[in-house]
Amino acid sequence: MNRNFSDIDRRSLVTPEGIDLRVKLADIGARIGAMTLDLLIIIAMFFAVVFALIYLGINTGAGEAAIALMILFAFFLRSFYFMFFEMGRRAATPGKRIMKIRVAARGKPRLSANAVFARNALREIEFFLPLGFLASAGSAGVDGWMSALGLIWSCIFLFFPLFNKDRLRAGDLIAGTWVVQTPRPILAQDLASADIIGRDRFAFTPQQIEAYGVKELHVLEDVLRAKDSETLKDVAARIRKKIGWVQSGAEADIDFLSAYYGALRGRLETKLLLGVRRRDKFDKR
Amino acid sequence: MPSNLQLTLKSQRFRDERKEDWRTLERLLSQVEAGRTRQLSDADMLRLPRLYRATLSALSVARATSLDQSVIAYLESLTTRAYYAIYGSQIGLGKRIVKFFTRDWPEAMQTLSRDTIASAVFLILGTCVGYVLVMNNPDWYYSFVPQGLAGERTPAASTQSLRSVLYDNNGADGLGIFAAFLFSHNSRVAILCFALGFAFCIPTIVLLLMTGLMLGGFMGLYASRDLGFELGGWLSIHGTTEIFAIILAGAAGLFIGRAIAFPGERSRIESASYAGQIGGLAMAGVIIMLFFAGLLEGYGRQLINVDWLRYAIGLGMLSIWLAYFYIPRDFSRFDIDMNTSKISQK
Repeated sequence: MNRNFSDIDRRSLVTPEGIDLRVKLADIGARIGAMTLDLLIIIAMFFAVVFALIYLGINTGAGEAAIALMILFAFFLRSFYFMFFEMGRRAATPGKRIMKIRVAARGKPRLSANAVFARNALREIEFFLPLGFLASAGSAGVDGWMSALGLIWSCIFLFFPLFNKDRLRAGDLIAGTWVVQTPRPILAQDLASADIIGRDRFAFTPQQIEAYGVKELHVLEDVLRAKDSETLKDVAARIRKKIGWVQSGAEADIDFLSAYYGALRGRLETKLLLGVRRRDKFDKR
Repeated sequence: MPSNLQLTLKSQRFRDERKEDWRTLERLLSQVEAGRTRQLSDADMLRLPRLYRATLSALSVARATSLDQSVIAYLESLTTRAYYAIYGSQIGLGKRIVKFFTRDWPEAMQTLSRDTIASAVFLILGTCVGYVLVMNNPDWYYSFVPQGLAGERTPAASTQSLRSVLYDNNGADGLGIFAAFLFSHNSRVAILCFALGFAFCIPTIVLLLMTGLMLGGFMGLYASRDLGFELGGWLSIHGTTEIFAIILAGAAGLFIGRAIAFPGERSRIESASYAGQIGGLAMAGVIIMLFFAGLLEGYGRQLINVDWLRYAIGLGMLSIWLAYFYIPRDFSRFDIDMNTSKISQK
């Protein structure tokens, strides 16, 4: 149901054709989830390659090359894992792909490689620096205190996305990027075309249909899609009471609601064509 | 049992008529996103933008006439994906690499030249201070050079052992490890130097000064034992590349810090993202330089023990970098892209 209330997440993105796509920013939970997944993947890759190299190094006697490769690999993994994937076609690391989010340039269609580079270079102070301070914060004496102070200082960067409305990391700010949602488009069934048992029985009078507006219609749509029997029962009872509908014996809640949804939508869409958008039930138009 | 009496809503008909187009677009997009653009037939390639525009116009019609949230949500996510696939498409990797070396990198360096000078001044300042202090009182050395890095090279060591460090090649074993380690360590320091610029330049300046102090302390120690010339060779073979790279990383950091602190006519965010693009470019170049520096330090310095040859290689590298970055040339041959992005920044 939160689809109705999520407009604060929307940002204008006007295509060259002049249509505002209203992209949705990724929420913090998805960003943290993506980062966690990516870290897990990085760690798994690191160990997989380290063990493979150790194995090869022992068996072939090329220990030196194996260690050099290991150091290089660790460096590339840490610094370039994110860059590599974000420079790709989907502009998302595997973690981001799983969370259905991607990096995008603010106000420009093309995400440049430089932007991706800058964005991820800043990870060094946003994530790895606090991590470093954290690791040494336990030590005693002045060093420990310095680390604690450093930790506090660097946490400003870590929590940066929580304190601005576009949820920009420091890296996003620098690179002119942000992270947006890219849900898989799924075309759900049109509820107005649902099979209704005994459709003929549901003939609503104009007064009965006039009871609600667009907001209620959308809530009804969400209820019908969720198909939670308790809620369906509740909502059906409430609508019946409001419009004075007498429930006949065999009438199922879902059929009643679907029929009413179809009728209400038809009515409101006709009005829409005439230029009237009835916002909610209090809107007397 | 749908009865014949059932009225079809206009929005339903609208959706049913276009559904196939939308599905086709969806299919084409998943191929494009999976990087299989080449497998698309010519007909499909031509259809893609047409379907995109049709879907876009369907979105705006649906927003105005349909009250079916699911259709609108579907069309929004479909068109957004199509928009990124069509307008966000990158030029090929090969062309991007060529463009980076022929144009983007040197141009970014020229844009950063003022910051490069500032960054170099901080580093040299640190070096001079470190040098003078250690020359006067060797105990300063311990404050400037961290123990882990100094190893045996302290004022307590004999001149003989200090000298041997300069020419000891560790038996030429493990040079690959050494080079890889140096490269990854230096790159991280450089990235940090750049990233810290974000905090209004100050941490970058501190880092530059500290690096300078370390360098100066080192020089002071060796100069006080009359090993100055030899140290120069030892340092310059890789140092001209490495220290230059660190100066450039500092410059990129300063550039960003400056853009955030003093955005000028642009808004702070615009200014930051403009600087970030240039800084990002510069940093990609710095990593490449550090890769060379790692090779020179790991292999070259250990294998070449002749002072004048070390100097020659060091100075040669420096002049190559300088010529590559700063010889004025006409970048407009490769233009278009940079210009449009500059205009949109204003």
